[in-house]
Amino acid sequence: MEWMAWTWPTAAFFAIIASILITLTVLAIKFPETPRVGILGIETTRGDRLFISLLGSAFINLGWLGVVGANQGLALILCLIYAAIVFKWV
Amino acid sequence: MEKTVNQRAWFLILPVLILVAFSAVIPLMTVVNYSVQDTFGNNQFFWAGLEWFAEMLSSERMWDALGRQIMFSAIILAIEIPLGIFVALNMPKSGFWSSFCLVLMSLPLLIPWNVVGTIWQIFGRVDIGLLGFVLDKLNIPYNYTQDIVSAWITIVVMDVWHWTSLVALLAFAGLKSIPDAYYQAAKIDQASRWKVFRFIELPKMMGVLMIAILLRFMDSFMIYTEPFVVTGGGPGNATTLLSIDLVKMALGQFDLGPAAAFSIMYYLVILLISWVFYTVMTNLDKQDG
Repeated sequence: MEWMAWTWPTAAFFAIIASILITLTVLAIKFPETPRVGILGIETTRGDRLFISLLGSAFINLGWLGVVGANQGLALILCLIYAAIVFKWV
Repeated sequence: MEKTVNQRAWFLILPVLILVAFSAVIPLMTVVNYSVQDTFGNNQFFWAGLEWFAEMLSSERMWDALGRQIMFSAIILAIEIPLGIFVALNMPKSGFWSSFCLVLMSLPLLIPWNVVGTIWQIFGRVDIGLLGFVLDKLNIPYNYTQDIVSAWITIVVMDVWHWTSLVALLAFAGLKSIPDAYYQAAKIDQASRWKVFRFIELPKMMGVLMIAILLRFMDSFMIYTEPFVVTGGGPGNATTLLSIDLVKMALGQFDLGPAAAFSIMYYLVILLISWVFYTVMTNLDKQDG
C-alpha cells in the first residue's frame, strides 16, 4: 500500500465518500424511492443528487481556489449549502 | 403467486467491480494522493496541500493546452458528425453494396492508433509521403513539422479519416431502424427531401447521434497516440493537446504532484461533459418511450 502514498486528509476524504455511499445504499434498501423531477427538468434519485452535489462541489472548490485562493474552508461551507439546495430542489 | 425477491444476481457484477477497482478506482485514488504531495522519487512524499491545484489553475501552459484541446474536439465534431450523417444517407440501404460499404467503412476503425499515426506521418512527409510529395510538386506549402496550420490540418484530417466511419455506421443503424411507413406518409404529403431529413430521419437518428457525439467527444478530448506520433506536440507547442502535455509533465519532467492535480481537473471536465450528454441521452430515450 506504500506506493499509493496515502495521507490522512485523502484517506478521510475517501472514507467520507465511501460512508455516504454505504448510507445511501442502506437508505435505498430500507426506504425505496421513486425518481422525481426537479428544477433541472430531469428525473433524479438520491444517488443522482449525490453525484451532482459532489461534482459541483469539486468545481466550486476549484473555482474558489482559482479566484479567491484563500480560506478554502469557506468553499466547503458553500459546497454544503449547494448540496443542500441540490437535495431539496433538483 | 407471490414473487420471490432475490438480489443474488448482483453478485454477477462482482468480477467487473474487481476489474474496475484495479484498473480505475485504485489508480484514481493514488492520483488523488499524489496531487496533494511532492516527491523527488524514491517513494518519499511530502505534504503540499492544495499548492499544485493552485499552481495548475494559474498555469498558462494548462489553459493553452485546454484551449487547443477544445478547439480540436470542436473542429473534429463539426466535421465528423455532418459528414458521417451525409455518408450514411448516401449508403446503399440493402444488398451486396450495402455490406461492401459497411466493411469498407469499418476498416479504419480496426487500425491501431499508433499505426494510424505512423501511416499519416509517412503519408504527409515531403520527401517520401504521397500527400506531402504531391502537395510539394503542386507548389502548395505544406510541412507539418514546421508549419502550424499544416500540422493542425494533418491531425484533424487524420482524425476525420479514422473516426468518421464510426459516426456513419451509427447513423446508418439509426436510419435502418426507421419503418417504411414514415417514408410512405411523407410521400403522400409530398414532403421534400429536406423535410424528410429534418422531420423524419434526424429525429429518429437523434438517439444514436447523441451516442456518436459523446463517443467522439470523449475520445477526441483524451486523444494522445495519433497526434503524438505525427507531430509530437509540435511545431513548438502548437499541437500539444491536454494528454500530450500531461504525459510530458508526469513522465518527461517527473512532476508527479502537478501532473496529478492536472489530471484530476482533466478528469472532472470529462466527467461533467459526459454526465450532461448522458442525462440528455436518457431523457431523449424517455421522451421516445
